[in-house]
Formats: sequence, structure tokens, C-alpha cells
Amino acid sequence: MAAHPSSKDNSANSLRKIWFDPNVRALVFQIIVVIGVIGFFYYIISNALFNLEQRGITTGFGFMNQTAGFGIIQSLVEYDESHTFGRTFVVGLLNTILISALGIIFATILGFIMGVARLSNNWLISRVATVYIETMRNIPLLLQIFFWYFAVLRALPSPRQSAHIGEAVFLNVRGLYMPSPVMEAGSNIVVFAFIAAIIGSFIIAKWAKRRQMATGQPFPVFSVSAALIILLPLLTFFVMGKPISLDYPALKGFNFQGGMVIIPELAALLVALTTYTAAFIAEIVRSGILAVSKGQSEAAESLGLTRTQALKLVIIPQAMRVIIPPLTSQYLNLTKNSSLATAIGYPDLVSVFMGTTLNQTGQAIEVIALTMAVYLTISITTSILMNIYNKKMALVER
Amino acid sequence: MLKNTHIKAAVAAVALAFAANASAAEGTLENVKTKGFLQCGVSTGLPGFSNPDADGNWQGLDVDVCRAVAAAVLGDASKVKYTPLTAKERFTALQSGEIDILSRNTTWTLTRDSSLGLNFAGVNYYDGQGFMVSKELGVSSAKELDGAAVCIQSGTTTELNLADYFREHGMKYTPVVFDTSDQTVKGFEAGRCDVLTSDQSQLYALRIKLAKPDSAMVLPEIISKEPLGPVVRQGDDQWLNIVKWSLFAMINAEEYGLNSANADDMLKSTNPNVRRILGLEGPKGKGLGLDDKWGYNIVKQVGSYGDSFDRNVGKGSPLGIARGVNALWKDGGFQYAPPIR
Repeated sequence: MAAHPSSKDNSANSLRKIWFDPNVRALVFQIIVVIGVIGFFYYIISNALFNLEQRGITTGFGFMNQTAGFGIIQSLVEYDESHTFGRTFVVGLLNTILISALGIIFATILGFIMGVARLSNNWLISRVATVYIETMRNIPLLLQIFFWYFAVLRALPSPRQSAHIGEAVFLNVRGLYMPSPVMEAGSNIVVFAFIAAIIGSFIIAKWAKRRQMATGQPFPVFSVSAALIILLPLLTFFVMGKPISLDYPALKGFNFQGGMVIIPELAALLVALTTYTAAFIAEIVRSGILAVSKGQSEAAESLGLTRTQALKLVIIPQAMRVIIPPLTSQYLNLTKNSSLATAIGYPDLVSVFMGTTLNQTGQAIEVIALTMAVYLTISITTSILMNIYNKKMALVER
Repeated sequence: MLKNTHIKAAVAAVALAFAANASAAEGTLENVKTKGFLQCGVSTGLPGFSNPDADGNWQGLDVDVCRAVAAAVLGDASKVKYTPLTAKERFTALQSGEIDILSRNTTWTLTRDSSLGLNFAGVNYYDGQGFMVSKELGVSSAKELDGAAVCIQSGTTTELNLADYFREHGMKYTPVVFDTSDQTVKGFEAGRCDVLTSDQSQLYALRIKLAKPDSAMVLPEIISKEPLGPVVRQGDDQWLNIVKWSLFAMINAEEYGLNSANADDMLKSTNPNVRRILGLEGPKGKGLGLDDKWGYNIVKQVGSYGDSFDRNVGKGSPLGIARGVNALWKDGGFQYAPPIR
């Protein structure tokens, strides 16, 4: 207090003090990094634009409105050669989402079954699961896709020698042909009844659970819901005077016409993605179950629960907390791996958009940027949904 | 390998972003001379046009264009490094500077010439799109193909012509699109499609790749014009001239009876046309920025256009394609090179 340092000394001192403050330092370095990153991207983007202009390459997304002029084998929305490149983007995107969604559903089911099976007390079941998991995990996915595709194709008969069930379902090298529904007036009421039945069965399930909690009385939820979901739409169907008819596939010229078809490219890719990812999911499920303390199963057993009940009510709910985060990664992997579709000609986003469209237009940077943005968006969306689910399942401490 | 394909395409696009800011105009020629070799983009394997032989040496009509350019620029036809490219990767590879010249059965179209930053240097093969079917099918004309499943290689003009042809004739088709010509053939053999469509020259080349070549036949219809030729980057006129005139030198050489066997004897020739090709008189190599012996080197090391044609796709090759429209103009074909003078 006695010494009065000059004001100049004082300011130098406080500057030094600020510099040695870890918070201030952290902030300064972060600002430097952010400026560096922005500068880097500014440099490569402006450089790319300069190079494109120098070389006389057209830029921009104007090509999205041009006529595409090429055919695509499978599309969920209406598409033919006269649609635009923008439309091919949508077609490819929907095909990617279709294969990813189907893959995620089937891989989850198969993965859970295999994961639980590997821990089974039954020697045979656990060994079968082990062999399956170790085989699938250790063979590159691309080889598996090729295997399934060419195995599928080689095993199937030509259109004229199709394997068939009656005159409705045909299987040949071009795909699995099935009757498709034709919607006539009044059909929307049947669809509405179907949706209502599904919502109804959810309500029943919730009510039954609450009742069981309160009174201990179980309720046959499964059979009642099944009956509701089948009978209600069926009843409406007849009441409305059969407004839905079927369009049967028929052999005309080279191929079957009419009905709907599952192409072998889709089947092979789906099988490969499902079996491959399921092996990883099985390991995640196994580790999740093993993470639940043994005391929990013993406690469940001492309550008189069967092994199935113990798994369903005690073990799996606790294991889910460990399972969900790595499971999310597998879902993301499956979505990204679906881009290998191009190897066998399944028309996904990479094949249709980053492949054909890119080559017809030559707009490499725009097309690749857009494709990357799509995968990023799908991944982030999956991630967010799974995080919400994870939060719901997380341990709530009371 | 396929995974690689996409990585390559992506890398090429990124390369465009990072490529040195200097304009393309300052010299591919200097660049090639400094490197000491020519980087040439070819197909992933198409017999007769660009295909590695049993020893891994690339051979074919398109490969000979690369060799001619290397002979003209570096004086040695063997100083070429080949980059196999799928149809989808080829333009990006050229745009980004990964290759110096693209010589890969590529069709010259307005879009490609005007909006992709590319320049076509000439036509080394006049082709047209055709159809190959299994003989079992009992089809004799493309007009009977309504409802057929068609195997195609993705990202080609073929894919567009096919759609046009079927629409014009009120027919339907199911496109089965593969990445490489090998996969296309496999799909065709497995019975996934009834028809394989491609440029006719390629159909003959792919047919000999089938397990049983006799089981398939090429239909008579040709549904499009496919002028195929070498491509370079836009904005480098000197380089465009070099590639253009390397091709013209080969065609002129055939016209004046030059070939690799008689090149040395012909140095004594008194025919002014021959003397100009061999760089003994006339404009020589100055305008192109090349050695005066550029023409001689091409003729001596690669041969004339006719030599190349016979050796790779014509009567001296397993393909046995007739000269047809690819004959010289004086023999009734389209091949016509401007004079070297």
C-alpha cells in the first residue's frame, strides 16, 4: 500500500495479468483458430471459383432445372426421362432413405436376436450366433454385397421359367413380382380404419399396462391388437364395397408388366447391409447385457420371473442405456455404407446423382457438395433422434 | 476398387479447389517436359481401344494417340503414364489436372465442348451406338425390344441416346446401370438384362469378353453418332494444337504412305508432303513449340493411323472391325486431316 507504482507500470502489470489469465488465453487461442479455419475455407472456395472460371467451367445450380434424359430403374416418386436433374436428386435421395430405413429396422431386429443368442445357455444357439457374428464382422462389406448380388442373380430363373405362387407372385432374375393394390373411390376410408386400428392398439397397450400396475391383472394385449388391426380394416373393406382391387403382374414380351417389383439390386444390398450391421449390433447388445450387474438377474430370478421375463423387464431396459450410443453409430454407418449401392447398380443417391447426373452435367463441385450435405443431414437427424431416445432411457435418479 | 473410384472422383473435385491458382494457360507443354512423361487418361480396359496386354503394357487405338503425343513432345513414345478412368471420373480428372490428355473413347458433344472447360482435339474413331442381344432371344431388330431390360454403363451419352430412342419409338425399357463395362458384361451374362447397349465398337470388344462370344449378336441398328476423340483442358491453345496435330500427323502419314517400317527410307523421299511430315522442310516444329523431328518421331515410333487401326481394332486384331467410315477420305471414309504445310 505504501509504494505507489507509476501508472505506466500499473497498466503493463495489468496487461501481463490479463495475458496470464487462463480464461483470456483460451479465448484468444479460440479466436485465432476460428479465424484460421474461416480463412482456410475462404481460401479454398475462392480458389476453386477462380480456377473454375479460368477453365471455362460453368458453375451454379442452374443444371438442376435441365431435363435429365436418362432412365432410373426404381423410383418412389413419379419419374421418367423427361424430368429434371433436380428430380433425379429426389429419386436418388428417397432410394437412399428407403434402403437405410429398411436396413436399420432389419439390422436392429437381427442384431438383438443374435446378441441375446450369443449369451444363451444353449451351447448350440450361442455357437451359431458366435460363428455368424465373427464371420460377418470380418469380411469387407463390398465383397458381401457382390456375393449376395451375384449369388442372388445366379440362383434365379429367367423370366420365362419364373418360380411362382399361383398367378400372383413370380420370382425371377429380374426381381420378385407381386400384385399391387389399385385404390378406387372409398379406399381412403379403409386406409383410415387401418390407421385407427393401429392407434387403438397403442391405447389398449397403455391402458393394459396401467391396469396391470394397479391391479396386477394381465391383459392379452397382443391377440386383441392383432384382431383389431386385421378385422377393422377388413370389415370396412367389405362395408365400402371392396374399393381396393389388385393389379397382377403378367408376362408380356420380355418381362413381367404390372404389379410391383422388388429388384434384385435392392434385395442384395438390403441383405448385405442388414447381416453386416447386425453382427456389430449383436456385439453392442451383448456388451450392454453384460454391463448389467449379475445381481439384477439373480434378483429377477428370486422374484420368480422366467428368463424371458427377466430379460424383457429387468435386463434389457437397463442394458439399453449402454446400448443406445454405440447403436447410433451403427445406424450412421449403415446409412453411409448404403452408398456402396453403386457397385451393383442400385439407384441410390451416390449412383444416380453423384454418378450419372455428375457425369451428364460435369458440375463436380456442386454435385459432390450437395451429396455430402445430404449425408451430413441424414446423419445429424439420426443422431438427434437417437439422443432424444437416449435421454428418455437414461437413468433417472430419484 | 469401386470404393476407390468414388474416392478418386471426390479427390479430383477437391483438387479443383486446391489446384495452383496459376491459370491453365501457362503450359501443359512445359509441365510435361519438366515431368519427363505424359499423364494420359484411358479406359479401365476396353480391348482394341485401351487395354493392358498380358505384360501390363497398355495398348489400343486410344493409347496410340497418347504415344504419338509423347513421341512428338518428348521424342519417346514410351514416356507415358496411364491413369485408368471410369466414364464418371474422366472429365473431373482432366479438369483438375490429374491427367494431361484424355484419350478414352469419349464422344464429342456440344455440352462437353462448351460448358465443362474442355476442348476436343479431333476424332480418331467414328462410332455409333448399337445393341447386343443373346441369340436365344430370337430378336433381329432393335424395334422389337419393347419392354426389355437394358444394361448400360453409367454417365455416358449412351444412356441418353437409349432413352431418346425408346421414347421416339414409343417403347418402354428398364435401365440397369453399372459403373464399369466389366460389370455391365457380368450383368448381361447373368441374365439381369436382355440387351447390352454401347458404342458398336465397344460391343464387339465386350463380346469377346463373354464366356461364350457366339451366344450373343449385335443388332444392325445404329441409333446415334458417336465421334470419339482425345480431349484436353480449355485455355491452353498450344497444348490443344500439339494434340490435334499429333493426330493429324498420323492420318496424313497414312495418306502419303508413311509407316514405322519405311520412316527412315522415306527421309530420302522427294515428295514435299512426305518431307513436311518428317520435318525436313516446311513449317517444321517451331509453331507448335516442338522439335523439328516431331512428325518423324510419331511415324517412326507409333506409325500411321492406318497402322494403328489395323493393329488394334482392324484386320490384324481379334476384333476384326472393317475400316468403314473410318477409312481415309480418298477411300470413301471420313478420316480427313488438314495439310501439314
